[in-house]
Amino acid sequence: MDQHRFLEITQLSISFPKSPLPVLHDVDLQIARGEYVAVIGHSGCGKSTLLNVIAGLLPASGGGVVLDGREIAGPGPDRAVVFQNHSLLPWLTCYENIRLAVDQTLSKTMSRAERHDWVLENLAMVRMTSAKDKRPAEISGGMKQRIGIARALAMRPKVLLMDEPFGALDALTRAHLQDQVMEIHASRGTTVVMITHDVDEAVLLADRIVMLTNGPNATVGEVLEVKLPRPRDRLALAADPAFTAARAAVLEFLHARHANPALAAA
Amino acid sequence: MISTKAPPAPAKFSRPTPAAPTKPSRLLPLLQAVLPPLLILLALLALWEFFASGPNATLPPPSKVWTDAHDLIVDPFFDRGGLDKGLFWHLAASLQRVALGFALAGVVGIATGLLIGSSPFAMRGLDPIFQVLRTVPPLAWLPLSLAAFREAQPSAIFVIFITSVWPVIINTAVGVRNVPQDYRNVAAVIRLRGPAYWWRIVLPAAAPYIFTGLRIGIGLSWLAIVAAEMLIGGVGIGFFIWDAWNSSNLSDIIVALVYVGLVGFLLDRVVALAGRIATRGTQAA
Repeated sequence: MDQHRFLEITQLSISFPKSPLPVLHDVDLQIARGEYVAVIGHSGCGKSTLLNVIAGLLPASGGGVVLDGREIAGPGPDRAVVFQNHSLLPWLTCYENIRLAVDQTLSKTMSRAERHDWVLENLAMVRMTSAKDKRPAEISGGMKQRIGIARALAMRPKVLLMDEPFGALDALTRAHLQDQVMEIHASRGTTVVMITHDVDEAVLLADRIVMLTNGPNATVGEVLEVKLPRPRDRLALAADPAFTAARAAVLEFLHARHANPALAAA
Repeated sequence: MISTKAPPAPAKFSRPTPAAPTKPSRLLPLLQAVLPPLLILLALLALWEFFASGPNATLPPPSKVWTDAHDLIVDPFFDRGGLDKGLFWHLAASLQRVALGFALAGVVGIATGLLIGSSPFAMRGLDPIFQVLRTVPPLAWLPLSLAAFREAQPSAIFVIFITSVWPVIINTAVGVRNVPQDYRNVAAVIRLRGPAYWWRIVLPAAAPYIFTGLRIGIGLSWLAIVAAEMLIGGVGIGFFIWDAWNSSNLSDIIVALVYVGLVGFLLDRVVALAGRIATRGTQAA
């Protein structure tokens, strides 16, 4: 199979009932195994809708999504989602939240003891071992999101889908988590699709940035390859001309050619 | 080098250090919690004493209640056979009926609530019927249940059941319908389905609602049992009150009312505590 078509989105359009125009139309995208793709666009352009369709939580109205040679129909653990609001179950501890996902998805291939170790390994990966017996209400927003990431990765997904994973966090916590996600991406080689509205985040993390035009009836406007070597270091990149150029290109797309219609009208 | 400063005095205090502030600060909150209700209670008792002491007073003042019902107040455990028992035995009999009726209402109410909350058909079919039935006053069921069961004990239990089941059903159904989409999405991604989905996601997510329903239900049960026992007779706090009224024993009634209030308060707290333990963390999130 063609390596560049590990996750293939073809002629995808999504419309909601009672709405004359589709949210997204004719979205075409090929993502290679191990690639990190960021999807960026103004709010309301259908970024999250796109992610939900890949996750199988929403049906496509036209076109389809094929992952590793199989068309997706409905949600599944091969496409683990890191939700924007973490979505941890508040009545379970951090360990139990991950354990539930692991028990549910890997019980056929792993023994009880192996699953226990695997949960601990994923907790250690996001450096949350010390908080394993705490409930989500007892830890900070950044810590919750780390547990969310650990839970998603513990399912051994083919694709990790992240819906503005750091949107609700403060700048310092966000930077810390971005570095951690880069490390994990490097060590596990997971394919990642990340929705974001943060230009710096997209350029820092992604191999390719998919820019969506304004909705409704949004589609892929441009795709930018970020040719920065990995591992990337945020301090060194700040002055790197390739980084600044990529950043300028995305900003130009978002603010000059496809300015937010809501702001333009005001 | 010679230091101009005097060496620090070794462990010799010229003045005693002020007392550690822990003692008053631990006592103060307790006082703040206990003192106001105590003062108000004393004031109300004084008012009552004042208004019930006149020559035309129809109700006994607290001092008379104390002398009249002294035995009843100090010894709730006596048993002279028949219906001449201490208040503890009457309350125990009532509580037993409530326990049975309420347990039944809890099981049936949660099960029905889960059904209504998850099935739009059951919701549309049953909700209008329930909305009408739940407004029927508890005692209105009593003649019908006496006719059906032909015995006092099951009739009383049925009245408790039918009184407390509605809030449990309705709150459970609301809780099930309000399971956040986020949790449903998580369940969908990890393919949690069937009984596991209900047990691991729906019940814990709806638990705060369910316990709200149970708490309203236990309150209503206690309201209903007193009224039902007045009519069916036998051992029980409701009949005790009715019996005291028939023998013009107003002081006994007042003592019984205090006990009824205290037990109702305790029941409410017990269910609330059970809810807090069972829904650890859920409400805080």
